[in-house]
Amino acid sequence: MSFLTISHLKKSFGATTVVHDFNLNIEKGEFISFLGPSGCGKTTVLRMVAGFETPTSGVISIGGKNVVNLKPNQRNIGMVFQAYALFPNMTVAQNVAFGLKVAKKPQAEIDATVHEMLSLIKLDHLAARYPYQLSGGQQQRVALARALATKPQVLLLDEPLSALDAKIRVSLREEIRAIQRKLGITTIFVTHDQEEALSISDRIVVMYEGNAEQVGAPFEIYNQPSSRFVASFVGTLNTLDAVVRDAASGIITVDGKDIAIDRTRLNGHKTGDKISLAVRPEAVSLGEATDKRETTLDGKINSVHFLGSVIRIRASLGENTVSFDTFNNPSAPPPAPGENVKVSLAAKDLLVLGH
Amino acid sequence: MKTNRIWSWLALAFGIIYFVVPLLGTLEFSLRMRRGAYSLDAYWVILSDPRFQQTFTYSIVMAIVTIIIGIVLVVPTAYWVRLRLPSWRPVLEFITLLPLVIPAIVVVFGYIRLYNTASILPLTGSAMGTNILLAFGYTMLALPYMYRAVDTGLGSIDIRTLTEAAESLGASRVTIMAKIILPNVLVAVLSGAFLTFAIVIGEFTMAALLNRPAFGPFLQLIGANRAYEPAALAVIAFAITWICMGLIQVVTRFNKSLAATKR
Repeated sequence: MSFLTISHLKKSFGATTVVHDFNLNIEKGEFISFLGPSGCGKTTVLRMVAGFETPTSGVISIGGKNVVNLKPNQRNIGMVFQAYALFPNMTVAQNVAFGLKVAKKPQAEIDATVHEMLSLIKLDHLAARYPYQLSGGQQQRVALARALATKPQVLLLDEPLSALDAKIRVSLREEIRAIQRKLGITTIFVTHDQEEALSISDRIVVMYEGNAEQVGAPFEIYNQPSSRFVASFVGTLNTLDAVVRDAASGIITVDGKDIAIDRTRLNGHKTGDKISLAVRPEAVSLGEATDKRETTLDGKINSVHFLGSVIRIRASLGENTVSFDTFNNPSAPPPAPGENVKVSLAAKDLLVLGH
Repeated sequence: MKTNRIWSWLALAFGIIYFVVPLLGTLEFSLRMRRGAYSLDAYWVILSDPRFQQTFTYSIVMAIVTIIIGIVLVVPTAYWVRLRLPSWRPVLEFITLLPLVIPAIVVVFGYIRLYNTASILPLTGSAMGTNILLAFGYTMLALPYMYRAVDTGLGSIDIRTLTEAAESLGASRVTIMAKIILPNVLVAVLSGAFLTFAIVIGEFTMAALLNRPAFGPFLQLIGANRAYEPAALAVIAFAITWICMGLIQVVTRFNKSLAATKR
């Protein structure tokens, strides 16, 4: 049995349902990310787990115990907020000690835990500072230490990196993941940043309009998206219009060129059906077919963006347009806009999109 | 442009004359008790009057009680409305404005009718009961000022997130109120408290009609029977009010400089 189970969770605000029949099983020590655009319901699900919102229906159980009717202060859940939410009237050490004092722990234990937590986030030298004397990154690390000090069953992170600048975000997310691994704490991380989710999660729940569109490991989510939404939201994606020429043998036509794909991937489409294909930029390259990329299409360069080590090219293939990157080669200048080129790809990298 | 500035200066000069001349006149008159020379005789007479000490002490005690009732009533209410019932804020603002439009004399007659010795709750039947009634009356009079000060203070912090952060750490509502909310709106509460203090010290209608020995009725009594002492008392009353206003400025500036440091 999973450590944290969410079954048939539903949440409505008046006539508007923001979470529809949400189900998820999380193992102990797992790091799960809720990924989706604004308004997809990811924060609402997190707030229901924390106890700040009451589900309209459904069950949330932690360690086999249904917690839906427990108040937030009875759930033993640690939470880190986007806005840090450090108590302005308390020092760093007092903030970290707050939960332990509320739990009426002995002073010696409180002092030891505060020291341990501040060492964990490498801020023990700032114990006497007030929150306004810290940078955003430092404040969020203190918020993390404060949430972990009470040894919660589950750690909830509500877009904790959104208010930080790019460099700090990367270092802090790695720090969060390292601490989570060290403590083995079950964690739910809410983000709208796909790179964040892909880089630190054991599994990702991609959410859209109150539903879990797909649940899977980052590799699976990126490479085998189950829906058009997941494919377009996670990573950059080229979509191509195609027609099924012969469903029985898996032949499809893209801009006049026949391509053979595994017919089982046609998802029941029949001969003559119009379908949408998706292909990642890294599965497309400039030049004639190779062993790895056996299909060649004729294209025309629309635009070329030189980004240093990488050159981003946009080319039209008749009706369709694809974007792809190529590495900078000092001895071979990039093609010019308007130039006719060959674009190659592998049929196995083409995804037939569902709804 | 230049004409506009002249009018601005004229308006300012008129305002200063309108407010300052009567005060200077009162101050000057209060110093003329001794014939032919300026002296503080009127002040000594007032300050050595046992009734002054008695009424002033009574009003200070009542002001402190009023401030405590105001804080206990207003801080949790304003906090709860901001946190859980934001749509009720206009209703609460309207209610807290009522003391400004309903004259104190109407309120006190209502109290006397409701809490007289023949009623279910005969508060006016004893001195302590009447003191309690007066304290609640003062709380009502100070409500517009106390509520606005506290509400503005609450608006300057993210009470929702702070509350949720404390709840996730296991804190109860009482702990959150005492350890998180109150310390973070202390400056606003102090502003409200000083305003309440100034109002209670000078209040006449309620104290006189409930027959309590407060400073306001003493001020009136002296004014009706003496010449120089009422002027001295008026100056003392103004000084107390101004000290309160000055303290509000001090705590507000302290808060602003703290906020600037935070940025």
